[in-house]
Amino acid sequence: MALFYYMNYLENIGRYFLMIGEVFRKPTKWSIMKDLILKEIDDLIFNSLGIVVFISFFVGGVIAIQTALNIDNPLIPKYLVGFATRQSIILEFAPTFTSIIMAGKVGSYITSSIGTMRVTEQIDALEVMGVNSINYLVFPKIIALLIYPFLISIGMFFGILGGWVAGVFGGYSTSAEFIQGLQSDFDMYHVFYAFTKTFVFAFILATIPSFHGYFMRGGALEVGKASTTSFVWTSIVIIILNYILTQMLLG
Amino acid sequence: MILVENLHKSFGEAHILKGISTCFDQGKTNLIIGQSGSGKTVFLKSLLGLFQPEEGKICYNDRIYSQLTDDEKRDLRKEMGMVFQGSALFDSMTIEQNVMFPLKMFTDMSKEEMEERVDIVLKRVNLPDAHKKFPSEASGGMQKRVAIARAIVNNPKYLFCDEPNSGLDPKTAILIDNLIQEITKEYDITTVINTHDMNSVMEIGEKIVFLKDGHKAWEGSNKEIFKTDNEAVTNFVYSSELFKKVRVMYQEEDRN
Ligand SMILES: Nc1ncnc2c1ncn2[C@@H]1O[C@H](COP(=O)(O)OP(=O)(O)OP(=O)(O)O)[C@@H](O)[C@H]1O
Ligand SMILES: [Mg+2]
Repeated sequence: MALFYYMNYLENIGRYFLMIGEVFRKPTKWSIMKDLILKEIDDLIFNSLGIVVFISFFVGGVIAIQTALNIDNPLIPKYLVGFATRQSIILEFAPTFTSIIMAGKVGSYITSSIGTMRVTEQIDALEVMGVNSINYLVFPKIIALLIYPFLISIGMFFGILGGWVAGVFGGYSTSAEFIQGLQSDFDMYHVFYAFTKTFVFAFILATIPSFHGYFMRGGALEVGKASTTSFVWTSIVIIILNYILTQMLLG
Repeated sequence: MILVENLHKSFGEAHILKGISTCFDQGKTNLIIGQSGSGKTVFLKSLLGLFQPEEGKICYNDRIYSQLTDDEKRDLRKEMGMVFQGSALFDSMTIEQNVMFPLKMFTDMSKEEMEERVDIVLKRVNLPDAHKKFPSEASGGMQKRVAIARAIVNNPKYLFCDEPNSGLDPKTAILIDNLIQEITKEYDITTVINTHDMNSVMEIGEKIVFLKDGHKAWEGSNKEIFKTDNEAVTNFVYSSELFKKVRVMYQEEDRN
C-alpha cells in the first residue's frame, strides 16, 4: 500500500514536468494569447490587490507592536522597531506568507476554473479543435504572474506603512526613530533574495494549481476537492522551496 | 470516409471496447447506438484521439491516425467538428465568440469575414439573434445548436455528435436531427452520431452500428433494423411498446 502511494507521487511529479514542457510547445496565436494574458492579469493580479494591501497593512502593524513590546530593555535603541518591521516584512512576510495566502485565493481560483473546464469537456473541445490546451490555459497564467513581484512590492510598502502607523500612533516609537530604523543597515542583497523567492513562488502559484485542475477527474464535487488538495500542495511546495532558497541564498 | 479496424480500449482492468471494426461513409449520417454505458462515448472519443486505443487502426480517408505525427494529428483535427454530450461551450465567452473561436484560432479571416461567417451558421441553426448571450443564459436546446454551429463553422470534413438530442423535447430533438442530416448532405461531411433515441434511428439512421458489451453486435440501415432477428438488437429496439407496433406495421407492409 505504501509503495502504491509512493509510486503515485512519483508518477504525478513526472506528469507535472511533462505538463510544464507542453506549456511551451505549439503556442497559441498571439492575437488570442494577448487577450488571454490581459484577462489573467486582471483576474490574478488586480483582483488580489485589495486583500494583499489589507493583510500587509495590519500584519505590519502587529509586527511593529510586538517588536516594541519585546524590547523593554533600555539599552536597546528604539529605532529597532522600524528596523525589525522592515526586515520581517521584506525577508519573510511579503514574499512567503503572502504567497501562502495567494495559494488559497489565486490557487483555488485557477484549479476550480480549469477543473470546471475539464469536467464540462471544454478542455476536450479545445483539444478536438487542434488547440494545445495546456499552452492555451497555463501559459497566460505564468506570464500574468510574472507581474506578481509588483504585487509583493505593494504588499511590502503597505506592511511597512502599517508598522509605521501602529508604531507612531500607538506611542511605541517616534516617526523619526521608526524611519531611522527603516534606513539602517539596508542590504540590497536582501531585496534580491526576496524577489528571487517571489519569482519562484509565482511560477509555483501558476503551475501547481493548473496541474490539479487540468488532470482532475469526476464532477462538480471533485472540483471542490481538487481545489483543496491544490491549496495544500501549493503551500507545501512553497514552504519547502522557501527553506531551500533561504539556505542557498542566505545560509 | 472513416475506416475502423479492430479497435480496443481499456481503462485499467475494465475492457470497454473489445475489437470494433466498421466503416463510416461520406455524406451520410452514421449512427452508433447502444444502451447507456455500452461504450459509445468512449468509441467516439477514441476516433477523435481524445483516448488512445491500445490496439486497432483508424483511417481518415487515406490517413492512418496512429502513423501521424503530433502536428499532423492537430492538422487533421482542424478538419473535425465535435458536438459534445454536454455541449461543452466555453462559458467565459458569448455565443458569438464561441462560434467564432475556431475561425479566430485557425484562419486568417478579417473580423468582418468572421462575423459574416458566424451570422451564416447561426442562422443555419435557427439562432439568428442570440449572438450576445452567454451559454449560461441559453436553454439546453439552444446550447446544442450553438455547439453544432461551432462544430461546422470552419467547414469540417468530419462531424461527430455525442447524443446531440438527449435532454430535449421530441420536437426540438427531431429538428436537431434533421439539421445535422441536412448539413451532412449540404457540405458532404462524414458524420458520426451517438444516440440511444429510437426516433433518431428512424429519422436519420442511414447507417447504424449497434454496440453491446464492447462488441459490434449488428450493423445496417434503419430499414433493416426493424426486420432483423438479431436478439440483442430486438431487445434494445422493442423495449418500448411503440416500436413493437412499428415492427408489426413493417411486417404487414412486407406481406402486402
Ligand atoms: N475516463 C474513463 N475512465 C474510466 N472508465 C471510463 C472512462 N470513460 C468511460 N468509462 C467507462 O466506460 C464505460 C462506457 O462509458 P461510455 O461513456 O462510453 O458510455 P455511453 O455508451 O456513452 O453511455 P451514455 O449513453 O450514458 O452516454 C462505462 O462503464 C464507463 O464507466
Ligand atoms: Mg455517452
